[in-house]
Amino acid sequence: MTSQAALSSRLEAVIIPFTAIVAALTLFGMFCAWVGASPAGVYASIYKAGFGSWYSWQNSLLRAAPLMLCGLATALPARAGIITVGNEGAFVVGGLASAAAGLATLQAPAWLCLLVMAVAGGVAGGLWIALSAGLQYYRGINAVISSLLLNYIGIALLLQLVEGPMHDPGSLNFPATYPIPESHQLGHIPGSRIHYGLVFGVIACIVSWFLLERTVWGMKVKIVGGNGRAAKLVGLPLGTLVLTASFLGGACAGLAGMVEVAAIHGRASQAISAGYGYVGILVAFLSRQSPLRILVVSVILGAVLASGGILQRDHELPDATITVFEGIAFLAILASEALSGRISFVRSVIKREARELADAKS
Amino acid sequence: MKRTAGENSQTSRREFLAAMAAAPLAAQDRLAIGFVYNGPKNDLGYNQAHVEGKLALKAVPYVRAFDEANVPETVSVEESMRDMIHQDGARVIFATSYGFLDPFVLRVARESPDVQFFHCGGSYRDGSDPANVGIYFGFIDEVEYLAGMTAGLVSRTGRLGFVAAKPIPQVLRNINSFMLGARSVNPSVTMQVVFTGDWVLPVREAEASSSLADQGVDVLTGHTGSPRVIVQVAERRNIFATGYQFNQSMLAPRGFLTGAEWAWAVVYRRYAEMIHAGKSVANGTIPRRVTGTLKDEFCQLSPFGPAVTAEKREAIARAKQRLLDGSQAVYRGPLRDNTGKTVVPAGSSIRIEDPALDQMNWLLEGIHGEVGT
Repeated sequence: MTSQAALSSRLEAVIIPFTAIVAALTLFGMFCAWVGASPAGVYASIYKAGFGSWYSWQNSLLRAAPLMLCGLATALPARAGIITVGNEGAFVVGGLASAAAGLATLQAPAWLCLLVMAVAGGVAGGLWIALSAGLQYYRGINAVISSLLLNYIGIALLLQLVEGPMHDPGSLNFPATYPIPESHQLGHIPGSRIHYGLVFGVIACIVSWFLLERTVWGMKVKIVGGNGRAAKLVGLPLGTLVLTASFLGGACAGLAGMVEVAAIHGRASQAISAGYGYVGILVAFLSRQSPLRILVVSVILGAVLASGGILQRDHELPDATITVFEGIAFLAILASEALSGRISFVRSVIKREARELADAKS
Repeated sequence: MKRTAGENSQTSRREFLAAMAAAPLAAQDRLAIGFVYNGPKNDLGYNQAHVEGKLALKAVPYVRAFDEANVPETVSVEESMRDMIHQDGARVIFATSYGFLDPFVLRVARESPDVQFFHCGGSYRDGSDPANVGIYFGFIDEVEYLAGMTAGLVSRTGRLGFVAAKPIPQVLRNINSFMLGARSVNPSVTMQVVFTGDWVLPVREAEASSSLADQGVDVLTGHTGSPRVIVQVAERRNIFATGYQFNQSMLAPRGFLTGAEWAWAVVYRRYAEMIHAGKSVANGTIPRRVTGTLKDEFCQLSPFGPAVTAEKREAIARAKQRLLDGSQAVYRGPLRDNTGKTVVPAGSSIRIEDPALDQMNWLLEGIHGEVGT
C-alpha cells in the first residue's frame, strides 16, 4: 500500500466513528427534546458531571478503569479474528474467583493476598473468554453467541454461589460473600478517590499496544485476524495464537472484576455485575479495537456513565436515560461499520492503487 | 466597595427587603435537598409516596429539591449522595430505603459532617453512628385499623386476605391492626395471610391474590413495596381491595374501598422549615428520631370508593375521632394470638409509639398464617 492509501484508510478509521458519534449525539438530542429536556442543557450537564471539576474527573476516571480493561476483553480477541461479547461474564467470574482467592489467603500479607486475587481473577476471566474462542476455533460454534450466553451463565454462577456456598449469613438484605477486610483491599491513588484499578487499566492498554504493534507475536495475531487461511499457509500456529489473544483479553476483564471486588465493594455480590462488561464492548468498537484509543474512549464513556445521576437531578429525566444513550451510540457504531470501504474518496484511492498495481504487472 | 454596600443598606433597606420577599431566591441560594429512592418513581407505592413528598417541596420558595430513582442498595447510593453533595451542593439528603443506611449513608455522613442525612425507618446506634444522621418514620397502625374497619363493614363473606412481603414486626403490626379494625365491626371475621418473601415480587403477589380470591376472600389488601397488583387482581375478580403506601384508588374504580397511605409531604416540609431556621440534627436542635402518627398527619386514609356508603363513612369518621382524642386504642387487651397465647392482657393497652410493638412476632387469633415462614 502506498502512503496515500494508508492515509486514506487511516482517515476512514477516524471518519467512521466520528460520524457515528455525531449521529448518536443528534439522535439522543432529539430523544431528550422529545421527553421535554433541552438537548444543549443535557450535554452541558453530561460535561459538568464528567469533566466539570476535579471531583467529576475522579468520577469519570473511576468508571474509566474497568472500561479500559473490559474494552481490551473484546479488542484483543478481535485482533485475532474472534468477536466476543463475553466481557460481563468474564468480569463476574473474575470477581468471584478473586473473592474466593482473597478470602482463602487473608492470613497472608495484604500485597500477597491482592496478588493472589489479581491472578485468580485474571485466570478465571481469561479461561472464560478462551472457552468461547476455543469453541469457535475447534468446534465452529460462533463466539458471539457462545460468549453472550456465557454472560448469563457467569451471572447465574455468581448468584448461586453468593446465595449458597459462599453466602455470608450477615448479609441479610443483599446476599454477598464474606467481606475482604479493609486492610486487604486495593487502595486509592494518594490524594484522590481513584483506586489503583486505573493504573491497571492504563498499563494493560499500553502493554496490549506494545504486544500488538511492537512484537512478533502481535504481528502473527494480526495476520491470523486478517486472513486465517493465509496465516495457516505460512505455518502460523492458529489455535495457540487465537487462544492466547482471547485469554489475555479475558484476563483483562477478569482483572476488572477483581478490582471491583477488591477496591469498591470489598466482597462479591450481585452488585459487581453493574454492566461495565457490556459497556466495554461499546468501548472496543468505538476504538476500532485499538488499545491506545481504548484509553481515551474509556475516559469519555466513563464520563457518560458518571452523568446518569445528574440527568435525573437537573433535568428530571428518567433514570434509564443514560442507558438509552449507550444503546443509541452502540447502534450508531454498528451501523457505521457498514460504511467501511464505501466512503467515495477512500474507495477511489484504493481502486486507483489496484489499477496501478495491475498496470504495473501487465 | 464597603462604603457602597453601607450606603445601599441605609438608603434602600426597605426596597431591598421587599425585593427579597418578592423575587424567588436564586437557585444557588436555596436550600439544596437531595432524595434517593431504591425503586421507580411511579410505583404507586412506597417510592412514589416519597416522590410525592419531595414534589410538595416545590411550593417551598427557599428549597431546591432533586432526586435519583432506582438507586441500588450498594456503593451506587454512596456515589449518588456524593454527587448530590459535590455537584449540586446538597446540604440535606433524604435516604428513603431501608438498605441505604448501613454502611452507605453512615460512610458518606462521616465524610461530609456539614451535610445532614435523614434516613427513613432505620435504627441509629448512639455513640458509634455519626451525629449528622437522623431517622424519621411514621406509625400507620391507626390508619390500617380504620382501613380494616372499612373492610369489615363491606365484606359479605367475612373473609379477608392479606398479601405481605416478609413476617417482620412492621408488617405484622399492619396485619394485626387491620384485623383489629375489621373485628371491631364484625367479631366473626377471619383473615388469611400469605407471605411472598420480598418487597417487589409482582408475579407472586398476583398468584397469592388470585388464590385468596379462589378461597372466597372478598376483601384483599397487602403490605409490599406497592400493592398495585393486589388491588388490580381484586378489581378483576370483582372483589374489594384496600390499598397501602400510596393512593391506589384509580386502579380499582369499582372495588377500591380505602387505604392506608403515607403523607411524607408533611414530614419533608417540617424538616425543611427546621433546617431553614438554622437547626441541625448534629447539634441536637433537630431530634434524632422524628416520628408521627395519624394525629401528626404522617399518614392518612385514602379517599373512599363507591362501595363505602355514607353511613359506613360516618362510622369510620367516628372511630377516627375516638382514635384521635385517645378514647380508643388500637391494641387493647385482652388480645390472644392464633396459637392461643395472650399477647395483650385484659385491662391494658399498648400505645402505638411504644417500642415494644417493634418486637411484634405474633398474629392475632382469627388470622390464618404463620410468623415463622
